[in-house]
Amino acid sequence: MVTGILDYIWLVPALPLLGVLLNGAIALFCERPLLLAEAAHGDGGHGHGDAHTVDKAHGTHSLGPSSLGTSAPVGEGHGASPAPYRKLVAFIGPAVVGAAFVVSVLAVLALAARPAHDRFFVQVLFPWIQAGGFSAPAALQLDPLSSVMILVVTGVGFLIHVYSAGYMSHEKAFARYFVYLNLFTFAMLTLVLGSNYLVMFVGWEGVGLCSYLLIGYWYEKKSASDAGKKAFIVNRIGDFGFMLGVFLIFWTFGTVNYTEVFAKVPFLSSSGVLTTEIATAITLLLFIGAIGKSAQIPLYVWLPDAMEGPTPVSALIHAATMVTAGVYMVARSNALFLLSPVSMGVVATVGAATAIFSATIGITQNDIKRVLAYSTVSQLGYMFLACGVGAFTAGIFHLMTHAFFKALLFLGSGSVIHALSGEQDMRKMGSLKKHLPITFTTMFIATLAIAGIPGLSGFFSKDEILWKAFSSEHGHIALWAVAALAAGITAFYMFRLVFLTFFGESRMEPEVEKHVHESPYSMTVPLMLLAVLSVVGGWIGIPEVLKGHNYFEEWLAPVFSHGAAGAHGAAHHPVALELGLMAGSVAVALCGIGLAYYLYRVRTNKPKEIAEAVPGLYDVVLNKYYVDEIYDFLFVRRIVNGSIVLWQAFDVAFIDGIVNGIASAVRGAGEGVRRLQTGVVGNYAFSLLLGAVLLVGYILTR
Amino acid sequence: MEPILFILFGAIAVGGAIMVVTRKHPMASALYLILTLFAVAALFVLRQAHFLAAIQVIVYAGAVVVLFIFVIMLINVPENKLPMERLTGLRLLGVVVAGLLILETAILARRFAMPAGPTADAGSVQAVGRALFTDYLLAFEITSVLLLAAVIGAIALAKRKI
Amino acid sequence: MMEPTAYLLLSGILFGIGVAGVVARKNALIILMSVEIMLNAVNVAFIAVGSHLGDPTGSIFAFMVMTVAAAEAAVGLAILIAIFRLKETIDITELSVLKW
Repeated sequence: MVTGILDYIWLVPALPLLGVLLNGAIALFCERPLLLAEAAHGDGGHGHGDAHTVDKAHGTHSLGPSSLGTSAPVGEGHGASPAPYRKLVAFIGPAVVGAAFVVSVLAVLALAARPAHDRFFVQVLFPWIQAGGFSAPAALQLDPLSSVMILVVTGVGFLIHVYSAGYMSHEKAFARYFVYLNLFTFAMLTLVLGSNYLVMFVGWEGVGLCSYLLIGYWYEKKSASDAGKKAFIVNRIGDFGFMLGVFLIFWTFGTVNYTEVFAKVPFLSSSGVLTTEIATAITLLLFIGAIGKSAQIPLYVWLPDAMEGPTPVSALIHAATMVTAGVYMVARSNALFLLSPVSMGVVATVGAATAIFSATIGITQNDIKRVLAYSTVSQLGYMFLACGVGAFTAGIFHLMTHAFFKALLFLGSGSVIHALSGEQDMRKMGSLKKHLPITFTTMFIATLAIAGIPGLSGFFSKDEILWKAFSSEHGHIALWAVAALAAGITAFYMFRLVFLTFFGESRMEPEVEKHVHESPYSMTVPLMLLAVLSVVGGWIGIPEVLKGHNYFEEWLAPVFSHGAAGAHGAAHHPVALELGLMAGSVAVALCGIGLAYYLYRVRTNKPKEIAEAVPGLYDVVLNKYYVDEIYDFLFVRRIVNGSIVLWQAFDVAFIDGIVNGIASAVRGAGEGVRRLQTGVVGNYAFSLLLGAVLLVGYILTR
Repeated sequence: MEPILFILFGAIAVGGAIMVVTRKHPMASALYLILTLFAVAALFVLRQAHFLAAIQVIVYAGAVVVLFIFVIMLINVPENKLPMERLTGLRLLGVVVAGLLILETAILARRFAMPAGPTADAGSVQAVGRALFTDYLLAFEITSVLLLAAVIGAIALAKRKI
Repeated sequence: MMEPTAYLLLSGILFGIGVAGVVARKNALIILMSVEIMLNAVNVAFIAVGSHLGDPTGSIFAFMVMTVAAAEAAVGLAILIAIFRLKETIDITELSVLKW
């Protein structure tokens, strides 16, 4: 029975897909008529009354107070009488993901029951593409790497679905939200379970689409729909590189299935077909895709804007799962990356640069979600840094622990925002410790984890990355220094966030403060579960030097057998060095915390004084180094103008011209030809005569 | 002898035809039509088709043209109300194209090359009668039906009241 | 008997004249008369070749043509009378209802 469960691995992506179909049917047949009727009634009933009310009737989510309707509902039909379908959707949405999680756990257990070298299972669903010698079946592959991913996606995903049921309970388009969320889960699971690059690409595109749909969930709001478009377009740039990479893989290997490609690597590289140049080209192209999807420099600009979406979406997509797809892809292709030192260097450098760059932006942001967004970009940089120095295990380890504490941070901030009726500016928060005890406790634990305090999950994963950056044969001391500095900055801005939000005097608006309340159980229970995971999640990867056994590394070893270079590096360095570096990173973190404490608890006027002392620098950092504006000037303006020219010259003038021209030509011809019908018999006789003459003439001259 | 007579009657026929086509008053045209029909009958005689020559005079000149004259009389359009006939544009072109047709026919005629058959009097009454009532009996009967239909049709069309 | 070539040429000329009449005249009566000329021209051709070949078929066919021509003249004139009663005109350019 245990091994038989592996045959049901297809249920893992299929269950969320079932959720899509069921919720989609409900959304189409129950919710949509309701929304359309309300929109019509709202227009007629309210006329041009209170603009605020009209906004609510149309389901617009504004950042102002009482937009979530938790306080006295002013608008009509704003979730005052929940329709029965909402309960059904609130059940189906999380339930399918929960069921997928159960299947995943059973499947992974079945996999673990096998001996270490045999932990590999492929299930072909249907042939899909068969063209000559090229075959890309629609198949799922379960091995240690994908098992980690499905557990993270379904587990954290399930908690976020449950949370969403509470958080989004006042939304008008409730069912639509869960349709998109389930669709996203389906696409993400397809991405990580695929057995070849094409199935992965299907999931890759699918998560990009769902990201667009979910960021732009409140599409009536222009900033939200713009953010959705931006995310999709920037992602697309990365996707282009990814596709070229896959084409090149096919051209070199003749196949895109993982097992076949990676098996051919030693043979092809020794036979000279797979040169370092080609490997570099392939991996750099694939990495471009990762840059887009996982928001690295220079394609990270969509992630902060993506905070326009609902907070659970930010937690799921932009913290725990979608953005980690790039890391997964690089880790999966480790055999190819290891062939090219150039690519490894590029990956590591980009990762480290991104880590510190976005960390510096994070220290000045005032929107609680923006801080977390830049923090995500920074932590993703760490994961790529790990992959770039050959420590793929460390990268995936950090991916997992980051999923726990970053999701927790986002959900916690969602809880804060929910309590404050929509307020997101940290300057208007404070003293929430006593109002929101559970939220505070769980977020504080997550902050400790991300700062790298020993014992918590973040410490183990981040420290392993730092160590490997220093010691691995692909590593470099400069990388370690940058990463350590970024760690300090991370600790600083995360504690800044905590101090500003939960401690100190209340800076809330009086209206908001009246309605402050802790969140319901549907929201706090996931927070608590994630807090537990943030603490214990790292204990499966305790390094040898601390007398632990790195179960995680052992589990992932079959996939990263080529990455043994990282392990070799450890053997060459004395234990004392490793422990010393560990202590050093903890010290850096404590410095960051101490500085945050000083600036935001002791001398609370200092930050303002510093900002006024260097106004130019402060403005630049506050405005994210004006990167968006630079991109707009360099690229976006030109492309838009070029598109306008193409549209006018080609589409309107040429294509429409041809189509309309044909129509006018036909009409003109018709207008001309109709004049033949004069009604005069003599004319008709003439045409008969003419025809006869011509015919006879033809016969004569033939 | 024959060619001279042919040219004579042919010229009369052509001349008559041209006059038919170019007169203003339909009555004049009708009279010239009679002339043309007689000339054609003469041509038939020249070709030893006596029966048909007789039929031509009796039926065509004797009945059809008389019918025409009756109708002209009935319609009785006064002189000044007759349609103005100007040979412009399409009409002129029509005449030209008709000329082309004649030219083509001339070319075709030059190519005519059939051997002469037995010079029996194939056009005599006996021969025609024999052929009509044996080989072409069905056609003969059908024409009688056709004539019946024409009679009924003409009456129905021209009646004042049903 | 002479070769029918000349007769055929004559037939063509008569036919052309008849066609010119049909095309170029406005008076409906004259058009009908031109049609009669055309039919006659065809008869000339039939008789000419028929007598050249010694075959009564030529005469028979001409006979049929004549019959049909008579019937057609009768019906055509009846139609003309009916139209004249309605429109008080026999000018075909004024009888162009089915025009663009």
